[in-house]
Amino acid sequence: MSSNSFAYNEQSGGGEATELGQEATSTISPSGAFGLFSSDMKKNEDLKQMLESNKDSAKLDAMKRIVGMIAKGKNASELFPAVVKNVASKNIEIKKLVYVYLVRYAEEQQDLALLSISTFQRALKDPNQLIRASALRVLSSIRVPIIVPIMMLAIKEASADLSPYVRKNAAHAIQKLYSLDPEQKEMLIEIIEKLLKDKSTLVAGSVVMAFEEVCPDRIDLIHKNYRKLCNLLVDVEEWGQVVIIHMLTRYARTQFVSPWKEGDGLEDNEKDFYDSDEEQKEKADKRKRPYTMDPDHRLLIRNTKPLLQSRNAAVVMAVAQLYWHIAPKSEAGIISKSLVRLLRSNREVQYIVLQNIATMSIQRKGMFEPYLKSFYVRSTDPTMIKILKLEILTNLANEANISTLLREFQTYVKSQDKQFAAATIQTIGRCATSITEVSDTCLNGLVCLLSNRDEIVVAESVVVIKKLLQMQPIQHGEIIKHMAKLLDSITVPVARASILWLIGENCERVPKIAPDVLRKTAKSFTSEDDLVKLQILNLGAKLYLTNSKQTKLLTQYILNLGKYDQNYDIRDRTRFIRQLIVPNEKSGALSKYAKKIFLAQKPAPLLESPFKDRDHFQLGTLSHTLNTKATGYLELSNWPEVAPDPSVRNVEVIELAKEWTPAGKAKKENPDEKFYSESEEEEDSSESSSDSESASGSESGEDEEEDHSGDSGEDSGESGSESEAGKGRAAKHAKARGKGDSKDVDKEKENSKSSESSSGESSSIEESSSDSESESESESESESRTITKAKEKKTKQDRNPLTKDVSLLDLDDFNPVSSPVVLPTPALSPSLIADLEGLNLSATSSVISVSTPVFVPGKTHVLLHRMSGKGLAAHYFFPRQPCIFGDKMVSVQITLNNTTDQKIENIHVGGKKLPMGMQMHVFNPIESLEPAGSITVSVGIDFCDSTQTASFQLCTKDDCFSVNIQPPVGELLLPVAMSEKDFKKEQGMLSGMNETSTTIIAAPQNFASSVILQKVVNVANVGVVPSGQDNVHRNYLHRQPSKP
Amino acid sequence: MSRGEARGRVPGWGGGHSGRRGRGRRRPCCHGDAGLSICRGFQTEKDSLHSLTVSTMIHSLFLINSSGDIFLEKHWKSVVSRSVCDYFFEAQERATEAENVPPVIPTPHHYLLSVYRHKIFFVAVIQTEVPPLFVIEFLHRVVDTFQDYFGVCSEPVIKDNVVVVYEVLEEMLDNGFPLATESNILKELIKPPTILRTVVNTITGSTNVGDQLPTGQLSVVPWRRTGVKYTNNEAYFDVIEEIDAIIDKSGSTITAEIQGVIDACVKLTGMPDLTLSFMNPRLLDDVSFHPCVRFKRWESERILSFIPPDGNFRLLSYHVSAQNLVAIPVYVKHNISFRDSSSLGRFEITVGPKQTMGKTIEGVTVTSQLPRGVLNMSLVPSQGAHTFDPVTKMLSWDVGKINPQKLPSLKGTMSLQAGASKPDENPTINLQFKIQQLAISGLKVNRLDMYGEKYKPFKGIKYMTKAGKFQVRT
Repeated sequence: MSSNSFAYNEQSGGGEATELGQEATSTISPSGAFGLFSSDMKKNEDLKQMLESNKDSAKLDAMKRIVGMIAKGKNASELFPAVVKNVASKNIEIKKLVYVYLVRYAEEQQDLALLSISTFQRALKDPNQLIRASALRVLSSIRVPIIVPIMMLAIKEASADLSPYVRKNAAHAIQKLYSLDPEQKEMLIEIIEKLLKDKSTLVAGSVVMAFEEVCPDRIDLIHKNYRKLCNLLVDVEEWGQVVIIHMLTRYARTQFVSPWKEGDGLEDNEKDFYDSDEEQKEKADKRKRPYTMDPDHRLLIRNTKPLLQSRNAAVVMAVAQLYWHIAPKSEAGIISKSLVRLLRSNREVQYIVLQNIATMSIQRKGMFEPYLKSFYVRSTDPTMIKILKLEILTNLANEANISTLLREFQTYVKSQDKQFAAATIQTIGRCATSITEVSDTCLNGLVCLLSNRDEIVVAESVVVIKKLLQMQPIQHGEIIKHMAKLLDSITVPVARASILWLIGENCERVPKIAPDVLRKTAKSFTSEDDLVKLQILNLGAKLYLTNSKQTKLLTQYILNLGKYDQNYDIRDRTRFIRQLIVPNEKSGALSKYAKKIFLAQKPAPLLESPFKDRDHFQLGTLSHTLNTKATGYLELSNWPEVAPDPSVRNVEVIELAKEWTPAGKAKKENPDEKFYSESEEEEDSSESSSDSESASGSESGEDEEEDHSGDSGEDSGESGSESEAGKGRAAKHAKARGKGDSKDVDKEKENSKSSESSSGESSSIEESSSDSESESESESESESRTITKAKEKKTKQDRNPLTKDVSLLDLDDFNPVSSPVVLPTPALSPSLIADLEGLNLSATSSVISVSTPVFVPGKTHVLLHRMSGKGLAAHYFFPRQPCIFGDKMVSVQITLNNTTDQKIENIHVGGKKLPMGMQMHVFNPIESLEPAGSITVSVGIDFCDSTQTASFQLCTKDDCFSVNIQPPVGELLLPVAMSEKDFKKEQGMLSGMNETSTTIIAAPQNFASSVILQKVVNVANVGVVPSGQDNVHRNYLHRQPSKP
Repeated sequence: MSRGEARGRVPGWGGGHSGRRGRGRRRPCCHGDAGLSICRGFQTEKDSLHSLTVSTMIHSLFLINSSGDIFLEKHWKSVVSRSVCDYFFEAQERATEAENVPPVIPTPHHYLLSVYRHKIFFVAVIQTEVPPLFVIEFLHRVVDTFQDYFGVCSEPVIKDNVVVVYEVLEEMLDNGFPLATESNILKELIKPPTILRTVVNTITGSTNVGDQLPTGQLSVVPWRRTGVKYTNNEAYFDVIEEIDAIIDKSGSTITAEIQGVIDACVKLTGMPDLTLSFMNPRLLDDVSFHPCVRFKRWESERILSFIPPDGNFRLLSYHVSAQNLVAIPVYVKHNISFRDSSSLGRFEITVGPKQTMGKTIEGVTVTSQLPRGVLNMSLVPSQGAHTFDPVTKMLSWDVGKINPQKLPSLKGTMSLQAGASKPDENPTINLQFKIQQLAISGLKVNRLDMYGEKYKPFKGIKYMTKAGKFQVRT
């Protein structure tokens, strides 16, 4: 800024100060041109001479002085020709200072600036990347429209440079060129598109910045780079992180569906997506289907989390707003700790963070409640910080903490900072209205404050009390009387006016005091503030209407005074009131309603937070801070109803999306199955699971069953028949059938190879479905596979076609366990629960709750033998805990042992070969495992309620080993707590197709129910329903109502 | 910069502000040809058209001292007139105190974001929506860099080093977007001035600008420069904990928290890879790291693993979980009373050690803002020196060390304004103290290992506990 132009601004300035014409001033001609500054001229002359000298030191000195002038805002533009000559100086410092000068003045001296361009063009070809970069930087900073084509060319070339640093500078140059010539937008977008593909962390931040400036609406450019950006994010420099996070927040809001719709219990797992084939069904499903998060959505949320630990407050805030806007509500809680940490920072940071917390704390109190004490005010805080903290404390106030808070507020009220004390009183008023329990306490406290010495405090209290009393039109005569007394002492106009208004409103409740107050104020009318005068008039009018006998004369006296008041508002009001209340022949129809007009019920004012309406701005933005839309603010869009095609983010290059391609695939495959099963359910509610393996066929199926499964003695699973389902679902049926079954089995007993088998019956229960059957089979002792299969084939033919494909698969995986007990235990895997909940809402959802496992078997299975694993051994077992990764998954604990004498590094899960629909949540890679060390990790596998094998590769730094996990059927179940009654109810509802009855002959020693129970839980993850009927056990040959 | 502004630029300074202090000084003593200037003003409209659509993050930076002079300005794009700062001055006037100036001030065409440090306002001018913390954090980083370069960041120092300041700012922002903010890289680009270098430079004519181009920016560890060499290889870590507390009248703790940092001074040759482990890492509830720390390692093993920057840096800041009860190492006994009738008040405070784990408390200072009604104080300290400023009503007592045998006390009377009623609130007492060789949370560094280099470095760990925002309500 040139000094003379500056001076001009100042002296010519009339009107309001605005930041006027800053652009203009920059082009004002050199100060020398005015010829008024001989001293300046002289100085500049010798600077010129110095610049033209041969000595670098003189030149440098001159340049330093010139830069000093620029820094002070003095005009040095007349030196342009002399300076620009030195652009090719060998001395780096001179060169740099010339650059500084050039960038500052080139815009004003466009023709001369062109002289320097060739130097930069040459430097753009320099072998040193840093010189190329800096040339591009300066070239693009010269705001001379003529060189736009040159810049364009330079940027294009630089964007393909081998050095990421040069490419970074190219990204910066894009914005500069765009601001110089917006016409180039299309070409620039092409370059942005190219640079977005860049894998360097150096470039990522800058190019996203360019994207935000040039084409923030071209969200399509992001799709293919989305996953890459998410993955790079942690390594990008901090400023770039902020920009990328903000951009990705906007992106996520357009591309994913809301994670908030169905409450907060959200799953982590990546699963189905709606299939377009089944659109109609889809819509029906949508409502009852629990929300599942797009894996890409999850990826973003997961990858930004570590950045909460950043030292940069802007990064932390950016992540916080991302979590606030796109994460499931249950997960947003983690940001509060980090935000509270920022409160230790400078006051400016505190200010912004507190504002954002204030907005958050209105909507989700719980997030910041644990940090209540962090918002306690210190006397050394600046006032604006104090008031923001107070705001947050008010938002967080609830029944539990209000007493502590009120005690704290008492300290604040006494603060020497009166503005803050007044704000505290307002706060107490708000607490009184929001928490009814303490409203009396607050009111009393405020009344006590009325006797405070400080007038501001008293006045504020009066105003707040007025509002409170207005809200609670109960008898508060005492308080009003007390306030009436205050009129003698208090001088603050607002407070006086408030008191008068209150008395006027309640003049019928204080019939003795009100006229007296009017008398007193009539005396002082002329010396009152305008605000007070208006209220005196109001009071007079109200009293005139209610108690005209006593106050008629007084009111008329006041009206006369008001008639000649200096203030026209008061004169107007006087005239108005007189016409309205004093009856005369001219008075219109209105005066009849005067009482209604003056003494109408007034709506109580709402005391609410000033941050209440801020949430429509994206948090962490300037607009949010100012509570107005700032220039260039991009509205955060609402979640789409239906997510746009997620496949747009798939990248052909596998290395980029290594982790995600399989997930995507699974996603696609899954829906078919999902729908399938659901449609099934709809058709026949008794058929609850698609996976049901032996989903009992018809009665003919039963017959077959008798033939075949009888041998094994226990696998009579297919007895539940459709026809039976038709007959009825009461437990009695099941009972009867159970008996029948046992008889059948008795017959076949001779054939049975198993010496001790007890007959059991799996009466199908709602949840029983296939699982129960598979279980029973798994329990089946020495069940020969061939038989089962043969039988399966036969039954299949008769069976409802809906179930066949899945059930076949299950059969292969039967675990022949030679346990003497068979207690077909109906169970329910988590996904089934979910599905069923949707189906039988009223009946079941209330009863089904997952219970803790009754028994956890210690049995481990070998995953990888140490010999085949080159020293790495792995075992796995099923902890029978609900899986943390998603409730469709079964949690599996894998213990890894290092049996070598060297460290094994980087143990991780490599390629996964999962059957259709199955998903797996892998453990985090283990960096190293010490010799003889062991580590337990847990993975989650969604077996799709089948016993299919999950094959994957366990990789170390050097090797990969293929391993399989095959779950015993019992591990797929999840125990559910349920009373016997409910159990029976469920059982009744489910009998039919998926019913399984089995007869097993038990050895006498196994008759005790505890023994049976023990054996059952050994093989399957089930719970026990307390049964009051001992005889049930006996009669039904140990039908154990264990119930998922 | 907008068209509207250019057109509306007839006046320069609003008439409404003409009486403002510092006015005359800011007004340059020259008289331009008004008519000519107006013409020029309109000419620029065309040029400024495009800026309507796009702008950068940080447009300009103004440095303003406490008396309201703009003593440095830097623009990263087209020049923004100084007059934009008028809005800032207005807000400053309204705020009465410097620290109450709102950090974000909207003006019709710009937004002013400012930070106030070392009695200087750093005012950034921006034009469009930008995360405010982004700008604020950057401005703080600028101040930190100046402090790092010049030892202190004050108006005279900045004025003396205006060229270096300019060069540094030029490197820190490109087109308003932060470019190099790591002080290590900056120091490679522009060498900080030292007395020796200034002397050498004047004799030999060499420069502050590094003659090699920096490589740090290009490397995977941008915070560390390459080719570092030391004859004595040493790494020092200071574990510094601060207690933030509010103690109420009766001496019970209302809130107390421990915030800690680990500051490091690492002077090691080459590319050392360090790991630092703690005896009790569970104490650390919430941490934030220097970007050099490998986050994954911390998540899995609770070990700090990093390639350190060269020189001084803050490795870690942490918060000790709130469940742990905070030991309060000092207590203050106070007896401050005003009487309604008399013009004299009693003032008496004693400071004593509480839970100090056998360490001495040093560097104790007591400050208190007394109510306006107090005219003067006559006090006698048992040790140390005290001052009372009758204008600001600030009492400060430099106590020094606390000797548990002979507790320091400050006793005397206050003379109050005659006739004035007694103040509502007793003053709050702010306490500063230091305890050497103690981390009050009990945090202990277990070991420090170095990989990647062959030599044996000298390692040192120091613990210290300080008072943070430590207040006693009376």
